[in-house]
Amino acid sequence: MITPLSWLKEYVDIDVTPKELQEKLFSCGFEVEELYEVGKDISKVVVGKVLTCEPIPDTHLHVCQVDCGTHGQFQICCGADNVAAGGKFPVALVGATVYATAKDHKTVEGVMTIGKGKLRGYESCGMLCSGVELGVSENMYPGADYNGLLVLPEDAEIGADVKPMLGLDDWIFDIAITANRPDCQSIFGIAREVAAVLEKELKMPDVSYTETDADLPGFTVTVDCPDLCPRYSAHYVTDVTIGESPLWMKRRLALVGIDAISNVVDITNYILKELGQPMHAFDLATLEGNAIHVRRAKKGEPITTLDGQDLTLTDANMVICDGVKPVALAGVMGGLNSEIRETTNAVLFESAKFARDNIRRTSRALGKRSDSSARYEKGVDEYATVMALKRALHLIEELGCGKVSRMHVDVNTGNSVEPRKVSVSMKKVNDCLGIVVPNDAILKIMKNLSLAPTIDGDTLTLSVPAYREDIVTYQDVAEEVIRMYGYDHVVPAFMPSAQVTLGGLSLAQKCELKLKNALCSVGAYEGVHYSFFSPTDLDLLRFPEDAVERRAIRIMNPISEELSLMRTTLAASMVNAIVRNQKKGNLEGRIFEIGNVFIPYELPLTRYPDEKARLCVGIFGEKESFYTMKGIAETIADTLHVSFTYEAMKNTFLHPYQTARVLCEGVEVGYFGKLAYDIAQECDLRTPVYLLEMDLKVLSRWYGKKPVFTPLPKFPEEQRDLALVVPREVTCGEIETVMKDACKYISSISLFDIYEGEQVAADKKSMAFTVVFTPKEEAFGAESVDAFVKKILKQLNKNYGVELRS
Amino acid sequence: MNAGLEQIKQEIISGAEEIRSSKEAYEFRKKFLDGKTGKIGLLMREMKNIPPEQRADYGKGVNELKEWALGYLSEIDSRMKAKELQERYESEKIDISLPAVETQQGNLHPITLIRNQLIDIFAGMGFEIYEGTEIETDYYNFTALNTPQDHPARDMQDTFYLSPEFLLRTQTSAGQIHVMENKKPPIKILSPGKVFRSDDDATHSPMFTQMEGLVVDKGITLCDLQGMLDVFVKKIYGEDTKTRLRPSYFPFTEPSVEVDCSCFECGGKGCKLCKGTGWIEILGAGIVNNKVLENCGIDPDEYSGFAFGIGIERTAMLKYGINNIKLLFESDLRVLKQIND
Repeated sequence: MITPLSWLKEYVDIDVTPKELQEKLFSCGFEVEELYEVGKDISKVVVGKVLTCEPIPDTHLHVCQVDCGTHGQFQICCGADNVAAGGKFPVALVGATVYATAKDHKTVEGVMTIGKGKLRGYESCGMLCSGVELGVSENMYPGADYNGLLVLPEDAEIGADVKPMLGLDDWIFDIAITANRPDCQSIFGIAREVAAVLEKELKMPDVSYTETDADLPGFTVTVDCPDLCPRYSAHYVTDVTIGESPLWMKRRLALVGIDAISNVVDITNYILKELGQPMHAFDLATLEGNAIHVRRAKKGEPITTLDGQDLTLTDANMVICDGVKPVALAGVMGGLNSEIRETTNAVLFESAKFARDNIRRTSRALGKRSDSSARYEKGVDEYATVMALKRALHLIEELGCGKVSRMHVDVNTGNSVEPRKVSVSMKKVNDCLGIVVPNDAILKIMKNLSLAPTIDGDTLTLSVPAYREDIVTYQDVAEEVIRMYGYDHVVPAFMPSAQVTLGGLSLAQKCELKLKNALCSVGAYEGVHYSFFSPTDLDLLRFPEDAVERRAIRIMNPISEELSLMRTTLAASMVNAIVRNQKKGNLEGRIFEIGNVFIPYELPLTRYPDEKARLCVGIFGEKESFYTMKGIAETIADTLHVSFTYEAMKNTFLHPYQTARVLCEGVEVGYFGKLAYDIAQECDLRTPVYLLEMDLKVLSRWYGKKPVFTPLPKFPEEQRDLALVVPREVTCGEIETVMKDACKYISSISLFDIYEGEQVAADKKSMAFTVVFTPKEEAFGAESVDAFVKKILKQLNKNYGVELRS
Repeated sequence: MNAGLEQIKQEIISGAEEIRSSKEAYEFRKKFLDGKTGKIGLLMREMKNIPPEQRADYGKGVNELKEWALGYLSEIDSRMKAKELQERYESEKIDISLPAVETQQGNLHPITLIRNQLIDIFAGMGFEIYEGTEIETDYYNFTALNTPQDHPARDMQDTFYLSPEFLLRTQTSAGQIHVMENKKPPIKILSPGKVFRSDDDATHSPMFTQMEGLVVDKGITLCDLQGMLDVFVKKIYGEDTKTRLRPSYFPFTEPSVEVDCSCFECGGKGCKLCKGTGWIEILGAGIVNNKVLENCGIDPDEYSGFAFGIGIERTAMLKYGINNIKLLFESDLRVLKQIND
């Protein structure tokens, strides 16, 4: 909320500095997000009188001697066409800061510091300034928009700072208003808070006016949709003369960023800012049927708003109609057909309360925002609705631009604008705060907030004005008390009356953390990716039409199509992360993510979907292989104290022969494998990528498994290295299975070498294993291990034609 | 001394001069001291040929020679070994300014790091960790939190809708309601999780992480909130950190406060980080609105509570000096490798 200090001062005597006021407001809940002087960029600009003004031959320039009073007399060159001896103009002294303008002398291009200069051989010590160069517009000071020097009045004191006379010494407070305080969405609303916090009297805006005998007999207002329009009041003003508003009004509007248009329109805008009530003025001559009719729009009903835009409405929108046609889109914008023109001579003022949600939806659906809709969206109160109309009529009189008639219509749903009685227990207020605020302090605070407090025993009774819709319960009162009393009175305590609770992580949370740490220990970095992804990600991973991954939940209002689906796999985000890394030149690395996927039971959603945690690991680089990823899978198994088995499998985005399904006790828990080459190529990936994804919801059934201690063998173990010649197609897993089946004493088998090439036949490979035999009941005899080996070799030969390598 | 013995001694002394390595020293020593074949060993075997009356002297002489040779040769051996060790070190001179071999150790994401720190602090105070779902209903995310359809506070957050009823939670506060519906006081929960708002610019990400805290018990007041925040802030930002409450607004708390802590960069003097104010906004909090308690079937006349919500990314960015929130979601290893706290 942009609030000029000068405007605030109309309602409150402010005797603190702007900075102090900022702090006071901050402490009571109004953060001043920005505080600046209107003329913050302007300095060392004073009133100067041009004593002599001689043209410089063959140029448009003049060389002037300028009297700047106590600052001295300076020679200044000037190119403006209205420079003249005897005139008083703003002079930027050497060292002054003013706005630099483009060649058009209108567009501000930054701030410049004035230095000594030479023009056509003439020394120039300073600059005579235009309005634009000082940041002053016509609405702030007459003559400021002239493309030449800003002319100062004859009585301006030579040498005086120009900032006060141009209003540049004013301050702007940009105040953040929380959603519970729509009553502070106005200068007067802020003034109420300022008065309370400074403990000053609040001066009410003048709402007096004199009704004349003018009337509009038979004029009616009807409201068809009181739920959307709880209050509608209108007043007829006659003998209107459309013209310019006075400077003071134009200046205030300019300070809050509104251009003056004409007196009647300016009055509505002025009241919007002053009291926070959007108002509308209809040209009465354009209203037909002697009536105003508030109703829902008809489906397909057209309206042209006063900015010339044609809109097609639905029954979710609300329109203000005359006896025949729509004349305004309620709360958003007036119709072009009823706007105020120069010829307007009679006006109907509207001050209404519209349901905030309706205006918000209409504004969003039609993409049409205005100061009025923005204000309605935050909620207006009927207190302001009533006051605003009176204030508008007062201003009509004050500006002398019309006669207030006696035709006043008011349709309401019976809401009172009188204060409500709210009674609360003082004990409860104090119990909520945890401190005891003295009664007299509470009384004073409530009085300052115009809540007319009385205390009877433990009961505090307030008379709450209609604009304070947020004060209902003792908690609300407690908030009012503490924000004014000061949060620094709160004394830190540590729940002295609370019971002891056991805290901590659940088993699943502990296991996830353990997994994360284990993955870090194998050199992987944790990534976090968005929970949503793109439909193109599904295509990238080549999911078939009927894949479960394609049944993703859609966001109805996504930021972009790329972020429009809830993830059904973490793999796509991981591939994208690796692509980003490779583009930045990171050609190797390991990344993992634990995040949720969202599998709907049906679409559209009618119940919570299956939202479950998954683990995804992506590794890339020339050093990585299927087996390094398998090592990561084993690390995961070890971390959870389970063992995994692996089966060859195929899916659409991984290498057909370098992909494994991961099982735990026969239950599928995930997959890993090498990213398919066509995808790698499509993504311009420069090094091989391997992906692993596991379903933590499935894995969670093994969470909490403890490591089991196996007593050390009582008798010495024996170890044998076996170099075998194996047919190429036989897998390591098959060999190990045969070995284990052939001898129950084998406690471990590990492959330590594999060789294919000249030393072995073309259809064979050499595999070397270390096999450990662990005795159980008794120590191995001298020959027993040799016998085991023999048996193993025999069985291998029988099953697969395996030979011992000679 | 027996002339033979003296000769051997001289042989050892002159031969030892030729020794250039520990290996030669070993061979040389073997030549004289090997039990069976060494020259001194053989002298002992000569004993039987020595007249009995000279045997004692002879034996003594041989033993003395042996003792001497042991000492003499082991001294040479030590010298050789020391020399060789030195040579080995010399030969292994390296350029210590060459780049390090990278260690195989990844690290947790900054969000997880902060999350873990917060969990450690609050778990110690008796908070349970509850993770709600990212997909929520309008009721749990808004209505039950005292934010009905028409409420102005809904404008504060741009919500992603999945259907008229389901949405992506905009705040972890949604989890409060599930907990309070299923558990009666005393309640102390901490609810971390991803939340979503339709915001996408340099300082906003459409997804970010919040950590919600909730305490409901008998006699909970604003003073308890302040006390707990003091502990929390000191633990995460250092013992000297102070907190400041100031009025704010959230529909589900009343009174509501914004909590600032004294700037840990400048200690409150004012710097770039705190924009010269000396304070840094770290979280929102307040006394649980009675309407929320009632919505969950908890009697506000018997129980009261406080709630707070911390933005994890903001905390991480402040703590580690990360300048753009987007960096947290891009998995750029150049970023991730830096934060190994």
